[in-house]
Amino acid sequence: MNLFAEALAWLADPVHWSGPSGIAARLAQHLAITVAVVAVSAAVAIPVGVLVGHTRRGRGVVVAVAGAARAVPTLGLLTILGLMMGIGLQAPLAALVVLAIPSLLAGAYAGVEAVAPDVVDAARASGMSEAQVVRQVELPLAMPVLLGGVRAATLQVVATATLAAYVSDTGLGRYLFAGLKTRDYPQMLAGALLVIALTLVLEAVLASIQRAAARAAAPTHARRAPA
Amino acid sequence: MVGMPIEFRAVRKVYPDGTVAVDDFSHHVPSHKTVALVGSSGSGKTTLLRMVNRMVDPSSGSVLIDDEDVRTLDPVVLRRSIGYVLQAGGLLPHRTVLDNIATVPVLSGTPRRAARTAATELLERVGLDPSLGPRYPSQLSGGQQQRVGVARALAADPNILLMDEPFGAVDPIVRRELQDELLRLQAELGKTIVLVTHDIDEAFRVGDEVVVLREGGRVAQAGTPSQILTHPADDFVRDFVGADRPERLLTTVEVDGRRLVVDANGRPAGVLSP
Ligand SMILES: Nc1ncnc2c1ncn2[C@@H]1O[C@H](COP(=O)(O)OP(=O)(O)O)[C@@H](O)[C@H]1O
Ligand SMILES: [Mg+2]
Repeated sequence: MNLFAEALAWLADPVHWSGPSGIAARLAQHLAITVAVVAVSAAVAIPVGVLVGHTRRGRGVVVAVAGAARAVPTLGLLTILGLMMGIGLQAPLAALVVLAIPSLLAGAYAGVEAVAPDVVDAARASGMSEAQVVRQVELPLAMPVLLGGVRAATLQVVATATLAAYVSDTGLGRYLFAGLKTRDYPQMLAGALLVIALTLVLEAVLASIQRAAARAAAPTHARRAPA
Repeated sequence: MVGMPIEFRAVRKVYPDGTVAVDDFSHHVPSHKTVALVGSSGSGKTTLLRMVNRMVDPSSGSVLIDDEDVRTLDPVVLRRSIGYVLQAGGLLPHRTVLDNIATVPVLSGTPRRAARTAATELLERVGLDPSLGPRYPSQLSGGQQQRVGVARALAADPNILLMDEPFGAVDPIVRRELQDELLRLQAELGKTIVLVTHDIDEAFRVGDEVVVLREGGRVAQAGTPSQILTHPADDFVRDFVGADRPERLLTTVEVDGRRLVVDANGRPAGVLSP
């Protein structure tokens, strides 16, 4: 049997699916880590990005911060944080937040900044408060680009969340690390396939949300969401 | 109808980059009248207009509406009480025509249904078919978008209407239609209108009073179209209004028993009514 078939056989074995350390539980953990990290990062990065796009102030700072955060190697950061914070989920969660922030920040500010200035001007001139301009005009029009940032961040996080298993017995990464240690390559490959499958599902969901946002932002263009 | 005169008192605007957009401008805009500010691009027209709804605050001097300094008013409240029409329309692309028109009433707390009903009536008022209501701005022609822009500006029933080159983006025939429409509306509504344009013919057609501006918002001449045409204050005004252009120098000739009006090139401009 070749490796791929062995991996599929491993996946098909019901024994591997059940229990607190089974595939189902680990898929749920992996998804939960991804959603939590993206949510926390979004709560920080999106308001900042929207504010920068709205006021057009602080763009340089944002680009510098996002650039610096992008340059940080996640595994290195995780190792340092793991040494500081100890074994457990805190260190991988923090490292993944650093990974997710640049895409979210860039998406939010680029999206808002790209809204046609005369539309914003007219909205303000007809008596919208700044908060109303943001909520009713800039956010809906920026949404497709903003969600592009969410999509990119989610893909990075879901793939990199395998590293959580490096310092904590959580998520699908466990199959990779355990398989590597025991030279159980079918298990490793099965773990990788599971990560890929989860990634594809998330990608499909986010792409359809992004398309819906693009339709709402430009209702008459049958425009497709940017890939 | 409430009177809402506008008074510019020695306003000046220097932008942060040092550009003196308006040097020292004073003018009184009487209630229920249309005043056209006309000047070439960069003469400070838009800056002056936006001082009225506090989209621009003067560096010195003041703008008074009904004897109240606009600086003492909350900008958001002030803007909701003033209609603003701008060249590109500035309609919200993600909202239907009806929702665009209903924007300000909804912001001010009118229930959405009532605001939409009123918006449908406004569509007719500006000469559009109510069936356009559920469409999006990009599904309308430029002229239709401008009419929607006017309807939106009228939605809160403001006493003041500010129009910044409102018909600048449409072709000459539609432009003419829209100008006639504005005259008709104004005869019904009697708003205080300040209209900005670089087109002297438009200023003459719609303005009860015309203010010809030079660089820096300096008044070259203010008066009725007839006063300006008959007595241009100086060469600048004479040149700007084209007082010596062939199409402004009309004479009459008799053709087949009718008085034909012809310009200096002999081109017919019209027929004198008997
Ligand atoms: N926000 C701004 N910052 C700097 N200069 C400006 C700004 N807005 C307008 N100006 C300048 O002020 C002058 C008058 O502009 P504006 O009022 O828009 O004139 P108009 O509407 O007659 O074309 C121009 O020289 C223009 O470049
Ligand atoms: Mg202008």
